[in-house]
Amino acid sequence: MIETLKALEFTPFILSFKLALLTTIILFVIALPLSWYLSQTRSKMKPVLEAITALPIVLPPSVLGFYILWALSQNSPLGAFLEETFGVQLAFSFAGLVVASCFYSLPFMVQPLQGGFESLNRHMLEASYISGKSKVTTLFKVALPNMKPALLTALIITFAHTVGEFGVVLMVGGSIPGETKVASVAIYEMVEIMDYTSAHIYSLIMLIISFTVLLSVYLFNHRQNRKFGSFV
Amino acid sequence: MIKIHIEKKLNGANGEMDLLVDLEIHEGEFLALSGKSGSGKTTLLRILAGLESAKGSIVVGNEKWLNAKGSLPPQKRKIGYVFQDYALFPNMTVEENLLFVNADKALAEQLLKITELSNMKKRLPNTLSGGQQQRVSLCRAMMNEPKLLLMDEPLSALDPEMRTTLQNEILRLHKEFGTTTIMVSHDPSEIYRLASRVVVLENGRIANDGNPKEILLKTQGSQKFSFEGELLNISKVDVIYVAIVSIGQQLVEVVVSSEEAKNLTIGQKVMVSTKAFAPMIV
Repeated sequence: MIETLKALEFTPFILSFKLALLTTIILFVIALPLSWYLSQTRSKMKPVLEAITALPIVLPPSVLGFYILWALSQNSPLGAFLEETFGVQLAFSFAGLVVASCFYSLPFMVQPLQGGFESLNRHMLEASYISGKSKVTTLFKVALPNMKPALLTALIITFAHTVGEFGVVLMVGGSIPGETKVASVAIYEMVEIMDYTSAHIYSLIMLIISFTVLLSVYLFNHRQNRKFGSFV
Repeated sequence: MIKIHIEKKLNGANGEMDLLVDLEIHEGEFLALSGKSGSGKTTLLRILAGLESAKGSIVVGNEKWLNAKGSLPPQKRKIGYVFQDYALFPNMTVEENLLFVNADKALAEQLLKITELSNMKKRLPNTLSGGQQQRVSLCRAMMNEPKLLLMDEPLSALDPEMRTTLQNEILRLHKEFGTTTIMVSHDPSEIYRLASRVVVLENGRIANDGNPKEILLKTQGSQKFSFEGELLNISKVDVIYVAIVSIGQQLVEVVVSSEEAKNLTIGQKVMVSTKAFAPMIV
């Protein structure tokens, strides 16, 4: 048993967390203006944008993975452009995984943030505008500090969801050790070669981490709600 | 001087309606805006604040807030706005709520002193009572050094005692700063105490404009006392009829003749008045 643990390869976990961290940071930057816009707009385009944002929830990961793989490959205009201009090939690379994860986890960042923005008292935001504050100042000084539970939910769920992705990662990244072989893919391969001991250990680690992360989110939100009550 | 000429199509509770308001307000005036719900009062206030679009023009002193060319954003209008639901920033203390608007500490101190909130400046809004929160909201509006103070039924969520206290504070602030003020209110006693002018809106148009006494006093001719109330019940007692009328927060019994009783229906608005009467105020 000790032998097995010593021989255990942790690279897939490190890769998983690196991927999740990068995806969360990039998505936060993208989703913040998008979800703010969606929460404030009365445009007729809103349902269309919302539907596009929610697509990754309902699409099979293989479909999403297939499209992303095609888009990043040299067969598509985008892939060809990237290859010719920057000399980068994103398919079957870690960078490609980050791009794919950003699409895959987009709704998990946008939806909690949008919900948080929508639950804010509109008059409170207007009071800030009337006080001479710009939309950006209002976003950072008034809106975000008053929706900490939604903010934390968005960040953590995006992170956890990216750690947990499998289908898209396998399609776009394959299983290159140290490059694209993340924890979920590693477990799949262990089961394939009937290395059940390693699969058990890996799976247990994933289970414990996921549960701890979710528990801390719910504990935090529970406490926040008690402290501030529900806002008027 | 504030000159307002605005037009806007509204989809209110009573169907489509045109808000069409022509109004001139003098500097330092305290104007009460009254009228049934859905008559366009809040919309008018929001248009003045720049929170809603409209056609027409708003000129405040030498500044054009709204004309055919465009509209000045709310950020640049220098107004104060007091919402019915306070709309304070829950993440900031009382003092921070004020300083967020304007970093003038001396002004914040002065306002908190006038409204007797000085010892609460380090508290978060959700630890305060409704009346205290609305006072903070009033101070926050004044922090902007507004050219125009707008208040949308600021006291309607408070109990009667707290209302009176806050009315005094609004009056004190108005005396101190002389800010031109528009306040939406339904409460005649509040309007009488605070306002120098009442504008009554009806279906988006100005139906009445004048001093509060002329508009609010309901007595006519030789009537000495006159109250508007709702008829709750009529019952026959021996040969007479007794009507129960709700006036303000009180129920009153009035004797009516059988002829009068026939013409009355329960639930209708009635006027209870009397002539040649020598009341005693004890």
